[in-house]
Amino acid sequence: MTSTDTPAPRVPTLAVAPAAPVEEPRGRPPAPARPKLARIVIWALLAVLTVAFVYPFVWLVSASFKPRSEVFDNKLIPDHFTFDNYLSIWHEAPMGLWLMNSVFVTVLATVTVTISSACVAWGFAHFRFKGRDALFGVVLATMMIPGAVTMIPVYLIWDSLGMTGTLTPLWAGNLFGSAFYIFLLRQFFLGLPRELFEAAKLDGANNWQMFTKIALPLTKPALVVTALFEFQASWTDLMKPLIYLRDSDTFTVPRGLKTLLDQFGFGGEWHWELIVTASVITTLPMIVIFFLGQRQFIDGIATTGNKG
Amino acid sequence: MSTARASETRAAWLFISPWVLGFLVFTLYPLIYTGYLSLTDYDVINDPSFVGLDNYHQLVQDPKVRLALTNTFIFAVLSVPTQLVLSFLLALLLNRAGRASGFFRTAFFLPKMTPAVAIGVLLLLLFNGQNGLVNTFLGWFGINGPAWTTDPNWIKPGLVMMSLWTVGASVVILLAALRSVPQELYDASRIDGAGFWRQTRHITIPMVSSAIFFIVIIDTIAAFQSFTEAYTAYFGSGNSTYSNDAALFYAIYLFQQAFRFLHMGYASAMSMLLFVIIMAVTAIQIRVSRGSVYYESEQA
Repeated sequence: MTSTDTPAPRVPTLAVAPAAPVEEPRGRPPAPARPKLARIVIWALLAVLTVAFVYPFVWLVSASFKPRSEVFDNKLIPDHFTFDNYLSIWHEAPMGLWLMNSVFVTVLATVTVTISSACVAWGFAHFRFKGRDALFGVVLATMMIPGAVTMIPVYLIWDSLGMTGTLTPLWAGNLFGSAFYIFLLRQFFLGLPRELFEAAKLDGANNWQMFTKIALPLTKPALVVTALFEFQASWTDLMKPLIYLRDSDTFTVPRGLKTLLDQFGFGGEWHWELIVTASVITTLPMIVIFFLGQRQFIDGIATTGNKG
Repeated sequence: MSTARASETRAAWLFISPWVLGFLVFTLYPLIYTGYLSLTDYDVINDPSFVGLDNYHQLVQDPKVRLALTNTFIFAVLSVPTQLVLSFLLALLLNRAGRASGFFRTAFFLPKMTPAVAIGVLLLLLFNGQNGLVNTFLGWFGINGPAWTTDPNWIKPGLVMMSLWTVGASVVILLAALRSVPQELYDASRIDGAGFWRQTRHITIPMVSSAIFFIVIIDTIAAFQSFTEAYTAYFGSGNSTYSNDAALFYAIYLFQQAFRFLHMGYASAMSMLLFVIIMAVTAIQIRVSRGSVYYESEQA
């Protein structure tokens, strides 16, 4: 086994027991001298910090329900509660179209990268072939290359294909997989017992069937993690939409929000209530997704630091 | 046997073919082409014309490149350590929080879900000099907060403070590392009379050093490429022309050169320089960390 194989056993423990409460097993030190007091102090500190981390959301949401004159009053409950901002943002900007574009791009980006990365990861995990480890080293090395270095030629490629100005460059690159996800999924595949596939082979299963019928279902938690990561990356991205999109009708929500900020924040019109509302609309879908996949998301992040 | 081998190889290449294709077209070719473009003048409309090292000569003399580099270095030097310290403290607290840690962990992680554009907007609103929440809060303690978003001296500190809001991922990684430290080490040291601080210094930090190292590397690379928050808050797109030199990060200037002024050759030279800088900084960090980072797998 090569050195890249060493951390393999760690990740699959998640795949086997994703529902197990992470808090329980270790880490809780056996009764310190004054457990009650210490715990109260710790909880108080954490509570204060939690307010600092969550308050900006609360502030933003509450500001989106205020009339323009009160946006900056820093009150939690609006003096004059209004839903007008949410109505007028639809008139001021093609918000619905932007949301649809974002959903379109994000879903396609997520689906394509998950499928293609899983295929590639399976290719690296299941088969033995000459040059495999060297090639996988290249996969890992590409993770270190800053995006800025390839940005211009990649733009020129899409430009020569006539794709600039369309949504295609925002997701189609994902058809080829992504190094980080390939790495992540390969770890999970390596954790699957080989006997499983030897048995399937005796039963006459071909490579494709082994992949889709056995490997993929068993790696569902890792596939979910990959999908969540990519959803987040794709939904929140501003750089690519800035580079590739020109017409307002093709904008994604982050790109739209930036435009609104230029127009209503710095364009001299000072409609901060609209900017605040658009910020909520941009952020909320991501928060919803997060709460739906919270456990996988956080466990997935936890394992990424264990590359060692 | 040999035909089985051959068919296995064929199947493997079939599975990895998407990546091979993507690597050739979207990584290897662009890497080489960026190098070539950096030696040319290219405005997308006319063909690239070879100019030798002119772009690099210009790069060295461009005061804006120097400014952007300085801004980026300052941001990295300020943000990476503060993010690390904060996330380590949060992880330490969470590790001791028992059953409630899941709740708090979620709360700390939540901001990581916020689109960077929205963080840029929040930065302008919360750190607003007159009526922003941050200065209102400081006012409770009799502190007269600075004009975070307009005073050139305070723009970078403001960006650094805002970046602390998204330490959630590092917290989660560190917490996972803390949980994997064998309890026996603490039990043994307690018998030897070691208190919390000595345990932290001599057990906890060494045992989670690989996670710390990972976070430092990742955060540094990210800091050198940071773009969206500063661009959103301090630079206009489209017809808006507002800009603020104090927030001109390298990635922003590179982006402007490439896609606003269409100086593709010059921008390519800039990206080559960024590549070299990031590689050098990463290599230095790996060098410095050698011997002080503990990897569990090496022990086996």
